[in-house]
Amino acid sequence: MSANFYFGIEVFLNGMMAGVLYSLVALGFVLIFKASGIFNYAQGVMALFAALTLVGFQNGQIPFSHLINAIFGTNIHHFGWHMPAILAIIFTLMVMILFAYLVEKYILKHLVNQEPIILFMATIGLAYFMEGFGDLMWGADIKKLDVGIPQGGNIWLEEHTAFLGGDDFYGFYLDNLDMLATIFAGLLVVSLVLFSQYTKTGRALRAVADDHQAALSVGISLRAIWVIVWSIAGFVALVAGIMWGSKSGVQFSLSLIALKALPVLMLGGFTSIPGAIVGGLIIGVGEKMFEFLIGVPFLGGATENWFAYMLALLFLVFRPQGLFGEKIIERV
Amino acid sequence: MKLTKLAAAAIAATIAAGPVLADLVFPSLDYRTGPYAANGIPFADGYADYFALVNARDGGIGGVAAKVVACETGYNTEKGVECYESTKGQGALVYQPLSTGITYQLIPKATADGIPVHSMGYGRTSAANGKVFRNIFNYPANYWNGASIAINHILAEEGGDIKGKSVALVYHNSAYGKEPIRTLEELSKKHGYKLTLLAVDHPGQEQKSQWLQIRREKPDYVLMWGWGVMNQVAIQEAANIRYPMDHFIGIWWSGSENDTLPAGDGANGYKALNMHNVGSDYPLYADLKKYVYDAGNAAGAGDQSGTVLYNRGMYAAMLAVEAAKTAQEIHGTKDITPAMMRDGMEALVIDEAKMAGLGMPNFGPSFSVSCENHGGPGLGAVQQWDASTKKWTLITEFGPSDMDVIGALIAEDSAAFAAENNITEGCN
Repeated sequence: MSANFYFGIEVFLNGMMAGVLYSLVALGFVLIFKASGIFNYAQGVMALFAALTLVGFQNGQIPFSHLINAIFGTNIHHFGWHMPAILAIIFTLMVMILFAYLVEKYILKHLVNQEPIILFMATIGLAYFMEGFGDLMWGADIKKLDVGIPQGGNIWLEEHTAFLGGDDFYGFYLDNLDMLATIFAGLLVVSLVLFSQYTKTGRALRAVADDHQAALSVGISLRAIWVIVWSIAGFVALVAGIMWGSKSGVQFSLSLIALKALPVLMLGGFTSIPGAIVGGLIIGVGEKMFEFLIGVPFLGGATENWFAYMLALLFLVFRPQGLFGEKIIERV
Repeated sequence: MKLTKLAAAAIAATIAAGPVLADLVFPSLDYRTGPYAANGIPFADGYADYFALVNARDGGIGGVAAKVVACETGYNTEKGVECYESTKGQGALVYQPLSTGITYQLIPKATADGIPVHSMGYGRTSAANGKVFRNIFNYPANYWNGASIAINHILAEEGGDIKGKSVALVYHNSAYGKEPIRTLEELSKKHGYKLTLLAVDHPGQEQKSQWLQIRREKPDYVLMWGWGVMNQVAIQEAANIRYPMDHFIGIWWSGSENDTLPAGDGANGYKALNMHNVGSDYPLYADLKKYVYDAGNAAGAGDQSGTVLYNRGMYAAMLAVEAAKTAQEIHGTKDITPAMMRDGMEALVIDEAKMAGLGMPNFGPSFSVSCENHGGPGLGAVQQWDASTKKWTLITEFGPSDMDVIGALIAEDSAAFAAENNITEGCN
């Protein structure tokens, strides 16, 4: 086989890994949409906020220090500690749970039974609020995120596959971080599926997803379920923030990763957890292979975003609910 | 009676004090929020702090206070235009848009309003032709100079011969990122290197395809025209595939601490161009500390001092102040108008003696501006990142670019603009 054939396989594998990273973002959207019918525009900003908070805890940064210094004329920035990654992750998770509680208490509770577009608009407002709040709390500088995830290509894999394609092939390149993200995503999906299928709370979540009114009538607390769902989405946002933040540093453009999740959602469906994963894989592999086979040789490259949305559009035309979404039936 | 006397005394005192001069207004189109805030903040801080220093130390420009009017653009072109419209009526003397997109929108507006624009190292490159772009200035260097300076550096590294070598350009898929392509193509014909173009879509968080291609094709050198997150991801990906970082050269907008710090040790040896010097080892910084920082007048959080983009903001402000002084001298008045400011910019002379006098010895190249040349000398230096000390260091002098190639391209592009807009080339 020629080196090009193996390079094609390499692109395919890297496309799968990229797809998993897209799925991590898409999962947060799916969880909230499934339980409450809300398209959470703030999911990307949640990933940013979670990553900012994580780095802030790790580095011992004093929250709102710029504001405090400006008001009181002080010059304080750090507590002087460096927190272990695992402890910082636990504290960040607690912040995300508090965030979920506050969102329910001050936003969702007041919007029960409102049109989906109203709830969507509320999440747009929430996104802008959180972006500004995160800026005020942790500052706008780019922060290095290091939770011990190995970066760079897997050298063992490169060395042990270099013989395949002759002198022009240098072995398969797979990023250690991407491989770890794949394992995390797999564990996350399995955990979420098991949680929703086999736990009492999970069944309550599904009941709320099916019919709010019916769930309320059998004594399920809608408010508690929303706090749980937003907390889980906060956890997923934290995982996505760690993976993407490790690649680029934690910075405000991290919120734009939501753009990568949209075609995944359109393809996989807004209500299916496995759909988010399968959709991510199809988009990731599709855009990378298209760029490799057609984009770069014939179109000048940079076709990935275009291809992802074109593919999603095609699916919308033939299967509006996505691959795994629930079929929309409106009875008159 | 008493009141009448008091009023008369007040009027007499006012007359004796002479006419009250209005502040000299310098709008600052900032972006302290949004995805590009990390880069916008140090530039805006440097710009504001220099004016604060001039006011506190020198009593303003020629005795008239300078007033910085900040307007948040979020690096958004529409907001940038809104900022221009909302501030131009306050007597704005010169705009520094800090965005190629905003600059393109302001070129016709500012020209019609008679307000000069200084797009320092960005914007429309052919604006260097002052005979067409009478109100637009892009000294001391532009993107095409940058492309040529990068190739000159590669030539120097390869002993003057790069025939048969391969150079890849990783660029932001926007008007900004595409600016150097034509120059690099012309230079490839001249020097015989193979050019590969690798576009990265906005914002640039996912670049796996581009870096897998670089890993496959192993170009001898990689150039980068990036901004924001694209820079950090590219440097991390280059480190991931173990690309030799001293063969990876970014434009001056891809060479700040923000770009290299997230990649940690992996960024060691990465190079970038610059149009001014780096660090804070200049007498000017002692003045900044005394008159601005210690006085509690530092802009923003006061934590950007000495960074590459802070220095760039300060440099832009210094050039604006010197142009305003020149305008005051030419027109014999301290209360200058935007038209006078334009004249001052066109007659600006920056030499080493002046820079040293300002406390910035060897901070930037010596140059002069003229009607024919709004772009300055096109000089630039190469800086290199040391990950262990977390510092940039200039590793070359401010070297020239290939003006034979660039001059022809500027003439061609500006002539096309003149034809489209019915502009007659000329100096008066």
